Amino acid sequence: MRYLDRPGFGALLRSLVDAGYELIGPAVRDGAIVLDRIEGADDLPAGVGEEQGPGTYRLTRRADERLFGWAHGPDAGKRYLFPPREVLSNIPRDGSTRADPEIGDGGPFAFVGLRSCDLHAIAVQDRVFMDADPTYRRRREAAAFIAVNCGEAGATCFCGSMGTGPRCTIGFDIVLTELDDGFVAEVGTERGERLLAAVETREATREEAREPERVTSETATRMGRRLDTSDLPHLLYRNARHPRWDEVAERCLACTNCTMVCPTCFCHDVVDGVSLSSDVATRTREWASCFSQDHSWTAGAAVRNTRASRYRQWLTHKFASWVDQFGTSGCVGCGRCITWCPVGIDVTEEITAIRVTDGEVEVTTS
Amino acid sequence: MSSAVPAIRSVDPEGFPARTAVIQRIVPETPESSTFWSTWRDGDGDGYAFEPGQFNMLYLFGVGEIPISISSDPAHPQRLGHTIRFVGRVTDAFRNLRPGDELGVRGPFGRPWPLHEAEGGDLLVVAGGLGVCPVRPAIEWAMRHRDRFRRLILLVGARTPSLLPYQEQLDEWLASMERLGVELHLTVDRSEPGWLYGVGVVTTLFEKAGIEPARTTAFICGPETMMRFGAGDLLDLGVPAERLYLSMERNMQCAIRICGHCQLGPYFVCTDGPVFRYDEVRDLMEVHDL
Repeated sequence: MRYLDRPGFGALLRSLVDAGYELIGPAVRDGAIVLDRIEGADDLPAGVGEEQGPGTYRLTRRADERLFGWAHGPDAGKRYLFPPREVLSNIPRDGSTRADPEIGDGGPFAFVGLRSCDLHAIAVQDRVFMDADPTYRRRREAAAFIAVNCGEAGATCFCGSMGTGPRCTIGFDIVLTELDDGFVAEVGTERGERLLAAVETREATREEAREPERVTSETATRMGRRLDTSDLPHLLYRNARHPRWDEVAERCLACTNCTMVCPTCFCHDVVDGVSLSSDVATRTREWASCFSQDHSWTAGAAVRNTRASRYRQWLTHKFASWVDQFGTSGCVGCGRCITWCPVGIDVTEEITAIRVTDGEVEVTTS
Repeated sequence: MSSAVPAIRSVDPEGFPARTAVIQRIVPETPESSTFWSTWRDGDGDGYAFEPGQFNMLYLFGVGEIPISISSDPAHPQRLGHTIRFVGRVTDAFRNLRPGDELGVRGPFGRPWPLHEAEGGDLLVVAGGLGVCPVRPAIEWAMRHRDRFRRLILLVGARTPSLLPYQEQLDEWLASMERLGVELHLTVDRSEPGWLYGVGVVTTLFEKAGIEPARTTAFICGPETMMRFGAGDLLDLGVPAERLYLSMERNMQCAIRICGHCQLGPYFVCTDGPVFRYDEVRDLMEVHDL
């Protein structure tokens, strides 16, 4: 384990830029910490903290100048690896020469500050896109990851329950644990080793070397939410007619926020269009949400006509059918869907409500 | 889930149609549907072949792409028939097509009808309305391999006679079916003048056809409600659940299980289906709006 001081951290980010990477890191925009293109360590949210709750997100001022003294904003790596809107292909009408779409990437991404939940979320999306989508694969394989162990748990976080954090265990080249004056750095890959070797570090002291474990175990005790995941797929499958779905549907606005901030939701529309001169057709991929009526639109009618059926689809997919489809839960416990739900619907609460009445509630067969 | 994912063939890396077909003939089937017969623009379509029950993604330049089951004889994959009901933005654009127009074709996709499972016994095909379209290649295949089956029974129903597709071929079919000993029963919910066949929902034909449950493998295709009741009735008659198959329909935008639209419980209908064994989907079909 190495110790990296603040100037060394700045140098690490500079070395990534020099190597041709495009830095993607946390930055304050419109009252939230988002992931954006950054130029270096000076763009990071020093001294910024956050307060989260169901339907609540507020930036705060910390007493210190830490760069990563917050849990996470609405963005995850998904926004860059699987962009909200992306041209897949341009094809001329005559079919002769194909104009390849312009990939807007300035260079391979170097993600700075992703958390354990975010890294797990990328691993979850890998199972969807890696084999099927060469563009995703290219981006994903080229990307570098300077991750951060969480020192703060958000009030809506439950990675501890999902086994996805708070300590980073997968998917990073380097993982940092922030101290008041610098970082403890651990290496996960050869690339991480090379990157770290190129900047000034020193061997971490014995106390410093204990920090990653100490900090993350302490964070784990401060998780704002908890979820009993035992037998979760079967619990949800057998409760497809539970009255709770109708109850939550009365609060749910079907606004799609939860699916937009979810770091694993992968549903998308394939949208075909044509240029104004109508000689080039464009195929675009856009994020879609199972909360919209057209998501299930089939041969002139929606399959899922009610908000209850759409909420059930989302939750059951995330926690149950995802396991059948991809061999992993679709939830990484980041809690973004709770924080960014305008009416504060809490998945952990909804699942618990079903669990405590499992098998007790009279259901009618529709 | 146990269902095997068939190899994905002929997908352009960027998701664009790999083959181009040229429309040769357009046959109106019902007031709101037509069959578009096409051949490949380039040679044999790069060795294109399909199995009964599979579908293609059909692309109209700049308009969009839709999943359409293949309705023609699998022995002639150079001459494809797709029956399209005009129900939305892309299918409506098909109304304007003329012979000579081009289609992008990605496919074939999906799990086919398990014809080999039915070999040696009786194959019962139950189709409602345009549900005939996805089973038609299975019927063609079974007729072509008539000796592999004991009885071949086709039960076809529609709400009214004019909603029954492929009437253009009906006489020809009746002749070859008689020659091959295929038992065909037609029925409509509401008769119209000139209708020579039965009246009643398609499930009433099970008794009339005298099916032998212990020897029967059934392929059912039609509206979901019809398939649910049809499968239920056959189950009650004693056909084992694992020998009942049906074809599901969902929104599909990629056909390679990444767009997420065609989910049915744990399944992606595009690759785990569209043909399912009844016991795989029975519980799912009983949940409203799933």
